[in-house]
Amino acid sequence: MRILLIEDDKEAAAYLVKAMRESGHTIDHAADGVTGYDLAHEGGYDVLVVDRMLPKMDGLTLIAGLRAQNNATPALILSALGQVDDRVKGLRAGGDDYLSKPYAFSELLARVEALARRRPKGTPEETVIQVGDLTLDRLSHKVTRAGEEIVLQPREYRLLEYLMQNAGKVVTRTMLLEHVWDYHFDPQTNVIDVHVSRLRAKIDRDFDAALIHTVRGAGYMIRDGAR
Amino acid sequence: MTALVRTLRSTAFRLTLSIFGFGAVGAALVLGLVAVQVINLVNSETRTAISAEAASLIAQYGSGGLRRLGLALAERARAPAGSIYLLTDALGEPLVGNISQLPPNLTPKSGFAETRYPTLDGVSKRRALARVYALPNGFRLLIGHDLGDRARIAAVMVRTLALSLVLFAGLAALGALFVARRVLRRIDAMNVSAGTLMAGDLAERLPVNGSGDELDRLAVGLNQMLARIGELMAGLSEVSDNIAHDLRTPLTRLRNHAEEALRLGDAEAMRAALLRTIEESDGLIKVFDALLMIARAEAGADRASLSRVDVSEVVASVAELYEPLAEEKGFVFHVDCEPGLAIEGRRELIGQTLANLLDNALKYGAQVNPDCAREIAVGARREGSNIVIEVADRGPGVAPEDRERVFDRFVRLESARSRPGSGLGLSLVAAAARLHGGTVRLEDNAPGLKVRLSLPASPS
Repeated sequence: MRILLIEDDKEAAAYLVKAMRESGHTIDHAADGVTGYDLAHEGGYDVLVVDRMLPKMDGLTLIAGLRAQNNATPALILSALGQVDDRVKGLRAGGDDYLSKPYAFSELLARVEALARRRPKGTPEETVIQVGDLTLDRLSHKVTRAGEEIVLQPREYRLLEYLMQNAGKVVTRTMLLEHVWDYHFDPQTNVIDVHVSRLRAKIDRDFDAALIHTVRGAGYMIRDGAR
Repeated sequence: MTALVRTLRSTAFRLTLSIFGFGAVGAALVLGLVAVQVINLVNSETRTAISAEAASLIAQYGSGGLRRLGLALAERARAPAGSIYLLTDALGEPLVGNISQLPPNLTPKSGFAETRYPTLDGVSKRRALARVYALPNGFRLLIGHDLGDRARIAAVMVRTLALSLVLFAGLAALGALFVARRVLRRIDAMNVSAGTLMAGDLAERLPVNGSGDELDRLAVGLNQMLARIGELMAGLSEVSDNIAHDLRTPLTRLRNHAEEALRLGDAEAMRAALLRTIEESDGLIKVFDALLMIARAEAGADRASLSRVDVSEVVASVAELYEPLAEEKGFVFHVDCEPGLAIEGRRELIGQTLANLLDNALKYGAQVNPDCAREIAVGARREGSNIVIEVADRGPGVAPEDRERVFDRFVRLESARSRPGSGLGLSLVAAAARLHGGTVRLEDNAPGLKVRLSLPASPS
């Protein structure tokens, strides 16, 4: 995956570049808004990681400018401003995700990878998602594994749908809370874990191969263990 | 000199002066009107006197002819009064009188008229009001009255007016100076107080003299504002003290872990210390986030940032989020929420508030009385013009004397100190309630704790 990091803090940028390369991604770095805009405009990136406060051109202006040029490269905004209003402003400017500083690298990595897989605008959503022998039909809302129907609560269905859309990739607890419940706060307790373990009981209990995996220190992943 | 300039420039001085100015114009108008009236009165008295004299003289002419009229005229003309008489023949030649000739502009047709007449010596001319009467055979009789008296009255009037204007101006200047000095002195006293305040003594107050006038009311209002600012400053410094204390503790722990790892020096200890460092810093970040969120909520919200929030949906979704965990921990979990409840607010903040209350209920509601089951009840309903959200547990509850205190930042009750937490959860709930124009109250759930959040309902 090709990532463009636009960040003026040298130390933070060096750390991110190193960590992203270790995770197997190609990453370029621009230290100010104008250089970043030019690089992003040339295209060829899968994801932009944009700091909100940048010299020469701030992050929100940069993204809004790209969107005005019909450049739809998914962008994640990094910001020291972590309040709900700031997030709303960031998303309204054309950002696709928002992460407030300081963050865990595993969280950033998971979000960047989730963004890169987004379908380009206009392509129809797949109606059937498949992971191993697990099938989720978005038209009939039916979930089957090895031909057997699994009955899920509405929220469990959405949880599974989000995991399956991101099959093979790590999904963090906050990403689940954001996409399944539409809340951005940080619960004090492990509420999400209990939901996942309930879902896991329905999906995996009666089968030999587990599909839902816990990724220590990061979150969850659904993948076909056999492959 | 500068004091005088300041006085002259003051609003009080200018106001007073302009009031006196209007007064002076009014006085001049009144005096002018009086003068006109007096002159009119003199004129009309003079005419009446002339007419009466003419009537008596013509009566004498009727009874005694020209001879008798001439005698009477000669006698009157000698009397030292302001009257003038002249009898002429048909050719206009003077026969008897005290003026030398008939003024050319006067004829029997002109009625009463002002004229200049020559005195007997013919040297000077004086003003008079006079009338000429026609007698048989072309004789003319002029009767008039000198206007010297009238001119003197007018002159006195003008002098009085001028004098009174001068007096008025002097009085106005003195009065304006006096008023301006008085007002300026009080404003200067206020400025001195303001200077003391700005120098940092926030206990200083503006002087109030108890007269209840507008300056006094202004001072009272400003003093109330100062008192409120003082309260806020005190609250702020208390919060900073608490923050300093509550952040020092985890920072010290963080430093200790790092130091210990360096001292021991082996890879395993380093790894453990680094993990603990991340944990501690995550905890610190959470405290910061919570403080920022509270500060933002307390700063209030502009109406534009509020939108319609479906409280029923928020209660249902947050309850649904917590229900599995509660059941896992052995709680009976009730949700009783009326549909269609709406407020003007922020969904995220209401969700966070409810999550904080449920976190607390899970944390403290587990210390249950032996004769009670673990139980959490979440409810939302409409009560009049308010939406009431309640979260109740069967834990030890909060003693009545602590029910206000627990909303303060960083306050943690004795029984809670052994558990993880920052003491900010309920502070955020209180701040969210205030932001939405509502209230939050702790009640006895007999047994247990009931938190009652009351928010104004959206006008439907």
